[in-house]
Amino acid sequence: MGQLSGPTDPAADAHWEHQQQRKGFFTDTSICIGCKACEVACKEWNHNPQDGNLELLGSSYDNTGALGASTWRHVAFVEQGQERITEARKSGRALVSLGMPRIGPPATAATVDLAEADTTPPDTADFRWLMSSDVCKHCTHAGCLDVCPTGALFRTEFGTVVVQDDVCNGCGTCVAGCPFGVIERRSDGTVKVASKREEQHAEHPTVPNVGIAQKCTLCYDRLVADETPACAKACPTTSIKFGDHDAMVETARERVADLHSKGLTEARLYGANELDGVGGTGSVFLLLDEPEVYGLPPDPRVPTADLPQMYRRAGMAVAGMVAAAALAFLGGKA
Amino acid sequence: MVPEPEFTSYYGRPVVKPAPWGDDVAAYLFLGGVAAGSALLGLGGQLTGRPTLRRNARLSSLTAVGFGAVALVRDLGRPERFLNMLRTLKLTSPMSVGSWILSAFSIGTSVTAVAEIDRLSGTRLPLGPLRTLLQAVEGPAGFEAALFAGPLAAYTAVLLGDTATPTWNAAHEELPFVFVSSAALASAGLAMITTPVHEAGPARNLAMLGVVGDVVATRVMEHRMDPITAEPLHQGKAGAMLKWSERLAIAGGLGTLLGGRHRVVAAASGVSLLAASALTRFGVFEAGLASARDPRYTIEPQKNRLAARRAAGITGDSITTAS
Repeated sequence: MGQLSGPTDPAADAHWEHQQQRKGFFTDTSICIGCKACEVACKEWNHNPQDGNLELLGSSYDNTGALGASTWRHVAFVEQGQERITEARKSGRALVSLGMPRIGPPATAATVDLAEADTTPPDTADFRWLMSSDVCKHCTHAGCLDVCPTGALFRTEFGTVVVQDDVCNGCGTCVAGCPFGVIERRSDGTVKVASKREEQHAEHPTVPNVGIAQKCTLCYDRLVADETPACAKACPTTSIKFGDHDAMVETARERVADLHSKGLTEARLYGANELDGVGGTGSVFLLLDEPEVYGLPPDPRVPTADLPQMYRRAGMAVAGMVAAAALAFLGGKA
Repeated sequence: MVPEPEFTSYYGRPVVKPAPWGDDVAAYLFLGGVAAGSALLGLGGQLTGRPTLRRNARLSSLTAVGFGAVALVRDLGRPERFLNMLRTLKLTSPMSVGSWILSAFSIGTSVTAVAEIDRLSGTRLPLGPLRTLLQAVEGPAGFEAALFAGPLAAYTAVLLGDTATPTWNAAHEELPFVFVSSAALASAGLAMITTPVHEAGPARNLAMLGVVGDVVATRVMEHRMDPITAEPLHQGKAGAMLKWSERLAIAGGLGTLLGGRHRVVAAASGVSLLAASALTRFGVFEAGLASARDPRYTIEPQKNRLAARRAAGITGDSITTAS
């Protein structure tokens, strides 16, 4: 059993002898244009079936909904007015003033101050569109992996977390174990995109891996061939970057410092801190508002971090139960 | 005092996902508890010379654990792969540890129950030379089942606690005490139904201890939980079930105390206790699922605890950072 919480190298913790550099994403939402190429590339590469009924969800341009068994990249769309933008800038500034540990040289003096710049598009009220491509976090301490009873979920040599389709028996414990609501048990859907019009109306083809847990593998099959994951490869703006985890965190820190130096204090990093409740995430994000605005938990904590305490409490309860039974037989007559 | 943060979410959609578990799992929480408590009563009957209590408790235990195991397998996404549960022993997974506990418990319980069935049928089971072996291991098997009985009753609380489901996770300190108490009162209630009053004295004692433990542990749990994550325990279907669970537990306890030596009152109290335990399990189960479906229960307590840590000067452990 490896470490249950705190900073660590997850692949080494899982006793990999031939280690690779830990791999990860840096999703820079400030340059996401919401094209959903990542969603499409992911579906195609991983043969993920259709999710839902192709309904319009009434949530801006997001008709995907959420990450799930058949949706491993999800682009969130948030529409905000001036008030909320000011609010986000303020909450970002509050983070800066908390005096959190800073890596690298202090930010260079601002060359252009964009905070005061007039970025209003013509004939539009003060408004902004937040777009963010969400994905499995590949946590340093992954709740799903910890609670998996069969060993179907495992830590790869790249430090990522992957389900073995032929081992998982669909118990569903990992679904409840994930603090980010990423992994899900696959129930239904269709297997492939129809290539002919008639096929669209034909009977749904068999869905693979029904009844078992499914989530982003960080394209494990591509990583072992030294390829970039499908989503990052398809991203036209480099909003999704892929590489060694250390390099991703470094890039993220440079980017947020750059944005701050331009007065855009709403920018902040999510998952870059190895001291957080999940030991840092493999997928790091640059956000422009509070995490919950994007549907991300504001203070996630891997439940297994408290497992030793839970076992202790359960042990006490067992002792109490046995004592009560003994007392029931040895004690006075009722 | 932490200021009440403004609550925002992504179109009101859940942050964490509820476990994909149906009523089968809630039923197992109940049946596993009944089986565990019955095994303890069976061993007590075995050691103190109460043959009827021993026999009934052993048979109850096997019946409960049998139906419970079937319910668990039925709830799997791929039931035909249920044996994969024993593919490895993983201490970080309460589900894995629990599967081994359930298996070990079932062996002892099965042996004792088969021995009872053999006796009931006038040694007519086609056991052949195995009968001698069965009779030899029957006593030790009673001990073995009882050894794993407590863990069987308690591990399900760890299973629920070790999740990101807000209400279950927030209850992790006290939930094991609630569950073992519930198991004790339910199994004692069943014994009071099946066993004549002159042998059911220990069951009555255990029932009353279980009721006190259940009511106290539940109250302490609700009191110590974050007030927001405790809300689902008081609302909707889950709230109604838990309210009635407490009422029925107290009614069953009082019935046991005042009229437990009367056969009919004893049986009625037993029914009340069994219902109380089932409602506790279904109530806690439902409350957790409800807490996962509403983003408020994930976001608000997390924002509050983050703000509290920041107010206390701890600023280095946030997932959101400025650099």
